Amino acid sequence: MTGTTSPLVVPAYLREAADQRTPVAHPAYRSTGLRAPLRTPVDLPHRLTEITGPVLGEDRLAAGDADLTLRAGGEALGQRIIVFGRVLDSGGRPVPDALLEIWQANAAGRYRHVVDNWPAPLDPHFDGLGRVVTDALGRYEFTTIQPGAYPWGNHHNAWRPAHIHFSLFGRAFTQRLVTQMYFPGDPLFGQDPIFNAIPPTARDRAIATFDLSRTQPDWALAYRWDIVLRGTEQTPFETDDDGYVA
Amino acid sequence: MAFEHDSPLVRDADESNDRRPGTPRRGSGFLDEPLLLRTTPSATVGPYLAIGLTWPDGADAVTPGTTGEIWLRGTVFDGNGDVVPDAMVETWQADPDGRFAHADDPRGSSSTPGFRGFARSATPGGEYAVRTLKPGPVPDGEGGLQAPHVDVSVFARGLLDRVVTRVYFADDDLGTDPVLVGLSPEQRATLVAQPTDDGYRLDIHLQGDSETVFFAV
Repeated sequence: MTGTTSPLVVPAYLREAADQRTPVAHPAYRSTGLRAPLRTPVDLPHRLTEITGPVLGEDRLAAGDADLTLRAGGEALGQRIIVFGRVLDSGGRPVPDALLEIWQANAAGRYRHVVDNWPAPLDPHFDGLGRVVTDALGRYEFTTIQPGAYPWGNHHNAWRPAHIHFSLFGRAFTQRLVTQMYFPGDPLFGQDPIFNAIPPTARDRAIATFDLSRTQPDWALAYRWDIVLRGTEQTPFETDDDGYVA
Repeated sequence: MAFEHDSPLVRDADESNDRRPGTPRRGSGFLDEPLLLRTTPSATVGPYLAIGLTWPDGADAVTPGTTGEIWLRGTVFDGNGDVVPDAMVETWQADPDGRFAHADDPRGSSSTPGFRGFARSATPGGEYAVRTLKPGPVPDGEGGLQAPHVDVSVFARGLLDRVVTRVYFADDDLGTDPVLVGLSPEQRATLVAQPTDDGYRLDIHLQGDSETVFFAV
């Protein structure tokens, strides 16, 4: 493929400005106190390990993964919603064939997980797990129920705003993203340290938009949420006068 | 699936969507070039990650039974020295030839049978365990080689973004690795796995006197 001595031309991934990224630690979110590293991270230039990443797609999907409302032979309780959008990179390019892993609480705000024991009911027809893969234009869509808010022990009378967890790989180690999607106008935003850990000017990017045009009459409401991963810039070396890679 | 986007900044796939190395697109090379779209902010994986992120084959960076398979293990500790039992450790690495199972490897994708190069492990009792092959040296992009290494992401409740580190192997020549040369001996020691009966072991300290070196990528 390449000569033995010529440098490998690899695309570096752009880094979002620090004031636009969620910090690892946020004192109001108490669990960060003993877990978030205290020392300044060391810059790691992007080399082959960082500009590649796991290729995960249709092979990770199972039947029914794109519709969380149908489980164990019945319908989940709650407001049926369609969540859709595009996965793009910061250059505006679609990220096709990308795996999204989704998990969430049920309509009552309860997770199907052994450490979630607050007195809200489990739903036998809802497990809170979904997976989808983006199409050639980076589009994704799944059907679920509106998750409920739930209390947690971070501070007195703490409640998490309704949210859906998302996990994405993109196509490179540097693009890996785990995040949470919120719903517009949630009255619980103001007291939630996980939401408020996001820099103020970046918070709207974590909130979906209600989209009447994509609701399904007599069936489901619809929310749009576009997800933007880091995009690439190519290192400039090894190009000729016309900008072509030598 | 009918879909309309309304942002003038959004490009469709039939425009230039070819980001592979070696494509004729001149880059500025400046990493502070403005982003056309602002990136989505990260959030903690929370305590219920097992619902969404559990795979039956999660721990297998290589198919079980592959010749040369090893286990990479370790314990994740918090700032009190307590184990972190609800984290997730993900690993990404080259194969024994130093090649990645990925089309963006300019030398071609890994040809090692059954090699995914990626694994994820929960941390019951604080311990992660990944079945893999020992990676080979990887070109550093400047005519030299990086010592064999594994890129690691740690996710957990109490981490609002992943933290990234690397695993190196004690029985390799680590003297010229471009990442390690910039670190003190104490820092370097936090990244070097020691041989065990069935592979290698490296603990991850999120905080404390022996806090692991974490990287900004």
